[in-house]
Amino acid sequence: MLRYISKRLLYMLMSLFLIVTVTFFLMRAAPGGPFSSEKQVPPEIEKNLNEYYGLDRPWYIQYFDYLVSIAKWDFGPSFKYKGQTVNDLINEGFPVSFFLGMESLLIAISIGVLLGIIAALNHNKWQDYAAMVFAVLGISVPSFIMASILQYFLAIKLGWFPVARWESLQHTVLPALALAAMPMAFIARLTRSSMLEVLGNDYIRTAKAKGLSQGQITVKHAIRNAILPVVTYLGPLSAQILTGSFVIEKIFGIPGLGSHFVTSITNRDYTTIMGVTVFYSILLLLSVLLVDIAYGFIDPRIKLAGGKKGE
Amino acid sequence: MGKLLEVKNLEVSFQTYGGEVQAVRGVSFYLNKGETLAIVGESGSGKSVTSQTIMRLIPTPPGKIKNGQILFDGEDLVKKTDKEMEQIRGRDIGMIFQDPMTSLNPTMKVGHQIMEVIMKHQKLPKSAAKERAIELLRLVGIPMPEKRVNQYPHEFSGGMRQRAMIAIALASNPKLLIADEPTTALDVTIQAQILELMKDIQKKTGTAIIFITHDLGVVANVADRVAVMYAGKIVEMGTVDEIFYDPRHPYTWGLLASMPSLDSDDKAELASIPGSPPDLTNPPKGDAFAPRNPYAMKIDFEMEPPLFQISDTHYAATWLLHPDAPKVEPPEAVKRRLRKLSTNYPQPIIVRESE
Amino acid sequence: MQQIPKEMFQPAVANVGEAEKLSKPSLSFWKDVSIRFRKNKLAMFGLILLILLVFMAIFGPYMTKYDYATNDLMNTNQPPSSKHWFGTDELGRDIFTRTWYGARISLFIGLAAALIDLVIGVLWGGIAGYRGGKTDEIMMRIADILYGVPYLLLVIILMVILGQGLGTMILAMTITGWVNMARIVRGQVLQLKNQEYVLAARTLGASTSRIMFKHLIPNAMGSILVTMTLTIPNAIFTEAFLSYLGLGVPQPLASWGTMASEGVQALQYYPWRLFFPATFICLTMFAFNVVGDGLRDALDPRLRK
Ligand SMILES: Nc1ncnc2c1ncn2[C@@H]1O[C@H](COP(=O)(O)OP(=O)(O)O)[C@@H](O)[C@H]1O
Ligand SMILES: [Mg+2]
Repeated sequence: MLRYISKRLLYMLMSLFLIVTVTFFLMRAAPGGPFSSEKQVPPEIEKNLNEYYGLDRPWYIQYFDYLVSIAKWDFGPSFKYKGQTVNDLINEGFPVSFFLGMESLLIAISIGVLLGIIAALNHNKWQDYAAMVFAVLGISVPSFIMASILQYFLAIKLGWFPVARWESLQHTVLPALALAAMPMAFIARLTRSSMLEVLGNDYIRTAKAKGLSQGQITVKHAIRNAILPVVTYLGPLSAQILTGSFVIEKIFGIPGLGSHFVTSITNRDYTTIMGVTVFYSILLLLSVLLVDIAYGFIDPRIKLAGGKKGE
Repeated sequence: MGKLLEVKNLEVSFQTYGGEVQAVRGVSFYLNKGETLAIVGESGSGKSVTSQTIMRLIPTPPGKIKNGQILFDGEDLVKKTDKEMEQIRGRDIGMIFQDPMTSLNPTMKVGHQIMEVIMKHQKLPKSAAKERAIELLRLVGIPMPEKRVNQYPHEFSGGMRQRAMIAIALASNPKLLIADEPTTALDVTIQAQILELMKDIQKKTGTAIIFITHDLGVVANVADRVAVMYAGKIVEMGTVDEIFYDPRHPYTWGLLASMPSLDSDDKAELASIPGSPPDLTNPPKGDAFAPRNPYAMKIDFEMEPPLFQISDTHYAATWLLHPDAPKVEPPEAVKRRLRKLSTNYPQPIIVRESE
Repeated sequence: MQQIPKEMFQPAVANVGEAEKLSKPSLSFWKDVSIRFRKNKLAMFGLILLILLVFMAIFGPYMTKYDYATNDLMNTNQPPSSKHWFGTDELGRDIFTRTWYGARISLFIGLAAALIDLVIGVLWGGIAGYRGGKTDEIMMRIADILYGVPYLLLVIILMVILGQGLGTMILAMTITGWVNMARIVRGQVLQLKNQEYVLAARTLGASTSRIMFKHLIPNAMGSILVTMTLTIPNAIFTEAFLSYLGLGVPQPLASWGTMASEGVQALQYYPWRLFFPATFICLTMFAFNVVGDGLRDALDPRLRK
């Protein structure tokens, strides 16, 4: 297990290193960017930039200093706003985004798994078809369209939910649903096919031969095994929710990190884009690692196989 | 000795893309209490479908029991509801499957998988069920059962998993144990151990066994009687002696001749039966074995053979037993072992006309 | 006892050839797949939909007298009518023409991304899987590291720096996009390469590239196709997402993504401006997804009998 985790950690660091390096050198090459001579910024920002990036130093010193800053969790100043750093933005926006993300993660997993199980247990019956039509719709609609439509009908036309902003739990429902729609559809499909596969396994026949009822077989033997691929999907799922949040937060006027990121893209606030990207990458890689470790605990085969090697 | 199980004219089909697969086409046999019946045949002959139909384990759809009765203790299992079957499966009939690697749930402790049966059918509390699970593991010859109950299947070797499967099947002292090729997936030495174990257990518990295999070699050791299956039918059935020393069906001859242990001194003759079994979506007219049968006569391609009775316990379905058929010599490997059995009737008699 | 004529008991020559003939004739693999695919109504529906969409992408822009880029400031934001079938946008451009013009761009992005992924992925995964050993080790380590890089974030960064455009978008999408294909191809090749016919070809002295392209790739074709049918909608999706972030193809070019993201802003007053591009994005997603699923089911050997 230990060895497994350290190996994963190593890959994670290498991926992270790659993305930090790529963003750094792309930024250096960006015309009109922080490193270019023809950039047009107020002197105050110029000063901040110089302090953080050491603009007059050779590139390898700049690069090395940048790596050190990132390691110290310092993502640098904004390219557009005086007195604002990327860390400020993260501290302010991320808690909001985190809450929204967790809420939609919960919705996506619980409803998705439930739909998938119902569909598999009623394979080729109407419940199956209904759940799968729902799921195919879910993965066919881009999130910004889904969000706009939900907002238009449920909030503006019907008035069931607040249209926008981030004030009460009520305000979170619609954005969380919009954000959860696509991952939920993916999970439903994944659970269904995994459940169908599990139900065809020999050990299900064994359970039946023991005289267990369909309900007992489903609960005790099928679901636990069918859920394993869903757990491995949690890594990509967090990436989906994260990138989805850019769009959703923008549409619903939520002051999260996602909408700040989109604003910085529109403003070409290069240093903010760079810093937030690195932060997001760390976040995603960490969640993938967490999922991997969690999987090791859920699947006894991995835990022990890794354990023997690890000691 | 009373009959524990009597299968009468069982027909099972599967609806598939390619049409209806007639996997079992009119199978009849019986099993006495405490007796071991071996069902032998090439793969695809319908052995698994027959045995799983007894437990009502075939998936429906695509499977369907088209006809027949399965009388177990006098009650017809074909007519039972799913709820009623749950009370019979695991309690009155236990089953062991071919592949021990896939037959156990990989994410549940072995002990728990045994306890499930006990808790379901004997209504024992958890702690007592665990005691019993340990006792069962000991019975099937697993060392350190106290430790093993808490392990997962992947920590067991293939042979040990099959032992655990046997423990599950035996957990509620079933009257009938169905073992579907329990040794096929195992190494030869482990095979022998599992066979010994099953014989041993039968001695201790007196359960009846249906032992399914495609290898006649292991049959002589374990079975009282043998049924030979081909293309969804039983083509010959008799006591072990009758099948080994006085076989009548050319398919049985073929199986015996291709049995390595029988003539280990004479490898040259060892031949498997050429050709392959027929497609069961379109079973051929006449005797299904005819196209592969070196002794086939014209009638074999026209009409299904009647069932002949050779002794009180010996049946065979082949035209070769007809009084008008020419006398033929079985292959050398079989001929050498032939014996005159005193229990035979003077003439084979027809007990079921051809259709 | 029935009476049976004596001559019926004459020996009949049984030959094994006949026994073989009686067995079910084995259909060729692809024929089998196509039969199963065609039985899948949903997948067939998706396929027909795709054909229609492609047809319209080719001929749709010529069905009106309008041009996709010409402004008509007298007729802005017109609802659908007999003159403008899908209405007009805020610059008075005909949405019908723009929709099918946009279909070309969206489908082109999807296809180009899928093809580039295919070429790089097949080569990379094929070589890694076939050579094995150290080569495989190094190549797949690189792929693993790339796989860890968050896809959309990298695409966004590249688009910000390299500037908007069709070429940069496709480049950004494929720069790590091929890794998935490479992993799948490698898995398939590893599975196949020790099979008898490949070993036989190797002992007969066939060259590596010949074995790769004659034996391994055709047999891995199934999984490759399925992956491709799922890459295309993914790319179309990414294009729409980037358009919403303002990183889509530059004006006056139209893609479904840029049209839909402009439509979202106008949803309250001019809903048709969202309705048409959104509908076609969804239909395309739906079609590719069901076709991909249908292909996968048709190829699944476990269902094969
Ligand atoms: N679920 C199923 N669907 C379709 N055909 C099946 C199914 N199960 C078994 N069969 C067919 O039934 C026939 C008998 O199979 P089986 O009983 O497994 O043979 P064996 O004697 O090897 O145990 C085979 O032709 C097999 O293809
Ligand atoms: Mg079998």
